[in-house]
Amino acid sequence: MDAILLQILNGLDKGGAYALIALGLTLVFGTLGVVNFAHGALFMLGAFCAVTFNKVLSLESVVVDPTQTTAWGSPLEVRTPYVEAWLGDFGVFLHNYSVPASVIIAIPIMLAIGIAIERGLIQYFYKRPHADQILVTFGLAIVIQEVIKKFYGANPIPQAAPADFSGTAYVGTLLGMGDALPYPWWRLIYLLFSFVVIGGVMAFLQFTTYGMVVRAGMRDRETVGMLGIDIERRFTVVFGLAAVVAGIAGAMYTPILPPDYHMGMDFLVLSFVVVVVGGMGSLTGAVVAGFLLGILQSFASMNEIKSILPGIDQIIIYLVAVVVLLTMPRGLMGRKGVMED
Amino acid sequence: MSKFIMTRRGLIKAGAVSGVALAAPMHFVRNAFAQDTSCNMPTGDTVTFGWNVPQTGPYADEGADELRAFQLAVKHLNGEGDGGMIQTMKPTALKGNGILGKKVAYVTGDTQTKSDAARDSAKRMVEKDGAIMISGGSSSGVAVAVQSLCQDMGIVFMAGLTHSNDTTGKDKKRYGFRHFFNAYQSGIALAPVLADEYGKDRKAYHLTADYTWGWTQEESIKNATEELGWSTVAAVRTPLGAGDFSQYITPVLNSGADVLILNHYGKDMVNSLTQAVQFGLRDKEVNGKKFEVVVPLFSELMAQGAGDAVKGILGTANWDWKLEDEATKAFTKSFGQEYGAPPSQAAHTCYVQALLYADACERAGTFFAPAVIEALEGFEFDGMGNGKTLYRAEDHQCFKTALVVRGKENPKDKYDLMEIVREVPREELTYDASIFGGDLGPSDAKQC
Amino acid sequence: MMFANLSRNDWLLLVGFSVVVLAGPIILQPLGAAYPALMQKFCIYGIFALGFNILFGLTGYLSFGHAAFLGVGSYAAMWSFKLFTMNVIPAILFAMVFACLFALIIGYVSLRRSGIYFSILTLAFAQMSYNLAYSVLTPLTNGETGLQLSRQDPRVIDAMFGSPGPGLPRASLFGVDISGGGYPGFYLCAVALIVCFFFAMRIFRSPFGMMLRGIKSNQNRMRYTGFNTRPYLLSAFVISGLYAGLAGALMAATDPLVGAERMQWTASGEVVLMTILGGAGTLVGPILGAGVIKYFENIFSSFSDRTLHGFFSFLPESLQDPVVSFFSLFVGDGWNLTLGVVFMLIVIFLPGGIMEGLRRAWNLVNRKGDGGDAVPVGQTQPAE
Repeated sequence: MDAILLQILNGLDKGGAYALIALGLTLVFGTLGVVNFAHGALFMLGAFCAVTFNKVLSLESVVVDPTQTTAWGSPLEVRTPYVEAWLGDFGVFLHNYSVPASVIIAIPIMLAIGIAIERGLIQYFYKRPHADQILVTFGLAIVIQEVIKKFYGANPIPQAAPADFSGTAYVGTLLGMGDALPYPWWRLIYLLFSFVVIGGVMAFLQFTTYGMVVRAGMRDRETVGMLGIDIERRFTVVFGLAAVVAGIAGAMYTPILPPDYHMGMDFLVLSFVVVVVGGMGSLTGAVVAGFLLGILQSFASMNEIKSILPGIDQIIIYLVAVVVLLTMPRGLMGRKGVMED
Repeated sequence: MSKFIMTRRGLIKAGAVSGVALAAPMHFVRNAFAQDTSCNMPTGDTVTFGWNVPQTGPYADEGADELRAFQLAVKHLNGEGDGGMIQTMKPTALKGNGILGKKVAYVTGDTQTKSDAARDSAKRMVEKDGAIMISGGSSSGVAVAVQSLCQDMGIVFMAGLTHSNDTTGKDKKRYGFRHFFNAYQSGIALAPVLADEYGKDRKAYHLTADYTWGWTQEESIKNATEELGWSTVAAVRTPLGAGDFSQYITPVLNSGADVLILNHYGKDMVNSLTQAVQFGLRDKEVNGKKFEVVVPLFSELMAQGAGDAVKGILGTANWDWKLEDEATKAFTKSFGQEYGAPPSQAAHTCYVQALLYADACERAGTFFAPAVIEALEGFEFDGMGNGKTLYRAEDHQCFKTALVVRGKENPKDKYDLMEIVREVPREELTYDASIFGGDLGPSDAKQC
Repeated sequence: MMFANLSRNDWLLLVGFSVVVLAGPIILQPLGAAYPALMQKFCIYGIFALGFNILFGLTGYLSFGHAAFLGVGSYAAMWSFKLFTMNVIPAILFAMVFACLFALIIGYVSLRRSGIYFSILTLAFAQMSYNLAYSVLTPLTNGETGLQLSRQDPRVIDAMFGSPGPGLPRASLFGVDISGGGYPGFYLCAVALIVCFFFAMRIFRSPFGMMLRGIKSNQNRMRYTGFNTRPYLLSAFVISGLYAGLAGALMAATDPLVGAERMQWTASGEVVLMTILGGAGTLVGPILGAGVIKYFENIFSSFSDRTLHGFFSFLPESLQDPVVSFFSLFVGDGWNLTLGVVFMLIVIFLPGGIMEGLRRAWNLVNRKGDGGDAVPVGQTQPAE
């Protein structure tokens, strides 16, 4: 029983991450009609916001100690971090909480990057065929990736969760079920975080006038334009928003998956599958599909199931995608006419 | 036409076999091939080597370190710098003036850690750039692929980092040589240390990368530990590049196992180890014993990516820059002075392979591939960082000391990740060459 | 009958194309690409992209799983080498049959949807094939290390004609060595490319091709006029699968080791990029795109700082170092960056890919009066 509950919890946790990554992608699909292959790269850039922030916090003063030498004979360097020297306890605290704190830094950075990409590049591709969009955003993704590799190397760079949350929580105890269901704190926080972000984005689109106009634009861009509303500008903001969501999702994910320059590509296919299973341009669909795929993947990985169907965990995601698309023409919640040409 | 080639090859082959069988002195063999040339034998005043390493993709940093080692090797071979391990290698025919009077030049290629790309790149180096030897790589899939290509083209392949038993087992080739140790040796080296540290009554749970390297390692470790009295609760296969391994780790919690063995390499290892530690496995007690995690093969460059998670974890390594022997010191010194960082085990094995090939050419007195192969087969040497080492003739595997290492609790800097627990002597690691099957194939020379 | 609807220009194009392909070893010499292994890859990926373009360029259906057919073709050819004979003809036939069957099944299912849903369906099938080939199907594919020849293979047909030589056998075409890395392998691929090009041209010019274009411009209208479009689409899908299978067979023939990553989504993505880069819907474009990408992958990745210093040795010493360090960002391990930049530049400034660029250049040269800019941007008409 515990095993099943644990697997459900794990599925939710995975699903939260999937939904979060897919959210921005489907937003851009739905509003701008752009197939954004650089979305994974934005996720990766967010993760590197966390890395950079941590690096800045760990900048050290270097003093060469001539009395000691390294194994290859050059003098040993003694290093002390500036932040701790200047800010004392708060510096230590900040260093400890660098990952969540980096989200605050990531928001303006990713917004700026998103707007720059939309204004500088994507806006010229609204009316172009999807194939062109794929090529240009794929090219952009490679360029972003290679630039990061130039500065940070190819190896993963570990980011620690805050010490208070690096251990394991006993979810069973929290729910009054005794000493059961151990689960990492940081993953629970990520699940909560994904709920908050998804809820926030949906509320923004649902309950604000700004969001209403964007939704109207998703339905019928020309009419909204004719009403005298600068829909282009709103779409720019939507792209920025998508970049921010991808970015903070990436930044918060770093303690779970040590980031490297390639991580965006690793998530790209997965996020597309989630979006398409959910239905193009449907936010709710992406969220539902994210959790569905997360839970199914989690169960397919159990020994009991793998022993009956060997290799099922390797293909479950794609199998679900095929079944869903064949039984529901536009994914779980897709609208007619979106991306079908 | 093909018939003619076949008889000619048959003749050469017969010559080579009888040469070996009669244990004829070198000069006889050399004379027998006097008019013969093999693929890309140098005619000018330089000889070209091909360094085929991953420059893009997840192993790009490891590839960059291998490339640094190769460039250093070329420097030392040409008599620049401080000579590194040429000074310590015993016996050596190297003089530090190039090889057989020719300066060493090199070309580079990108394997992308894909077998197709690696073979394309190797072919380019052979067909276009005239490379006479190919070396490098950081995965067994690529090593096996390039090795069989080299066998076909008649080019000697000095494998870089490859750990699968298959490279010198099932898929061994006459033209392929491996200095790095393998999964089987990791199992033998690691098992006694595991028994010492964790006791003989343990229940192990394997998470294994679902491809041939993972399988061979799982099998090797399983056999070695079960001989000690451990039992295996489950061995679960995980997809390559899964990223998030949590769905495989959660079942471990309730499985009753008290040791988790991660048969993962590179990025998979970084992710699964990081996540296993996050799940609190190392703080758990099961069956009244402290839960332990074991990573049979460390890639130390990648281990930096696991951060604190690697502390206290046992594993094996081919070599470490902190070893105390003269050769290691000399190599670490020249590498460190050149690049400002100590060499990784991948860099070490590549450097040694380059020197060994060069030395074999000197000893054979020719670049003619069959003669060089013969010079390498059964060659015994010392002073390359692993003690007395034998290049076994039957499978072209090196037999030498291997290390059991542990992630250091208080590293001095980011290079100081491992501490050496035990140096496992060569005798313990030697096994019967026939257990993995395979066939080296002929060493006939090829034209290209 | 067979050649009825080819115009004189088409014949000129075919002859010109054949001459250029066969003279590859001379033409590519100044580019440093005139060695058999790379030229083989040009031809093989040219065939692959040509076939992909029959589906994508004509019907607009963007398949993201075409590498699966290439992989199946390779594995089938390899098994033909292992079980029957080292002759490449049966291997090619074998590969095409299997790729065709595979394409028929996947196409039949995937073509029930259109647009991005079709793309994801093909992607899903291809990824499933890749994941299984890498792990569970290892007995069939030899997983990570790839399917290789072995001396223990039965090779029943070859065995009837004599005992094998000492080493591994090589793929051959009635005694001509194909896999040894020499020119025969290249010429086999070149001839295959020319034949494929001819058939692609036939399809482009045929009523069938017009039908496919009709589907691309407005599928509904086609349906309203009473056409059942599905069989046409499926035929196009299977034909492009056949091309991929042939490309896979040639890959196995010129280089007998088949790894599973040939089927990964990145490989499928690569052929998409090749086609768009060259110019989707044009005849020659996809082949050019394939050539450019393979050239970057093999030649740019091999340049080191020393090569660059050689290039810029005409510059004064003080200028040389900054220039070299700038360009070294784009070669060697930075070749991916160059590829990304090239993708972006071409698609931004030349929406129709390389062919668009050539056409513009042509118009510029042949400007008569004001007729220069007559070709509308983004038009996907075949180039001539």
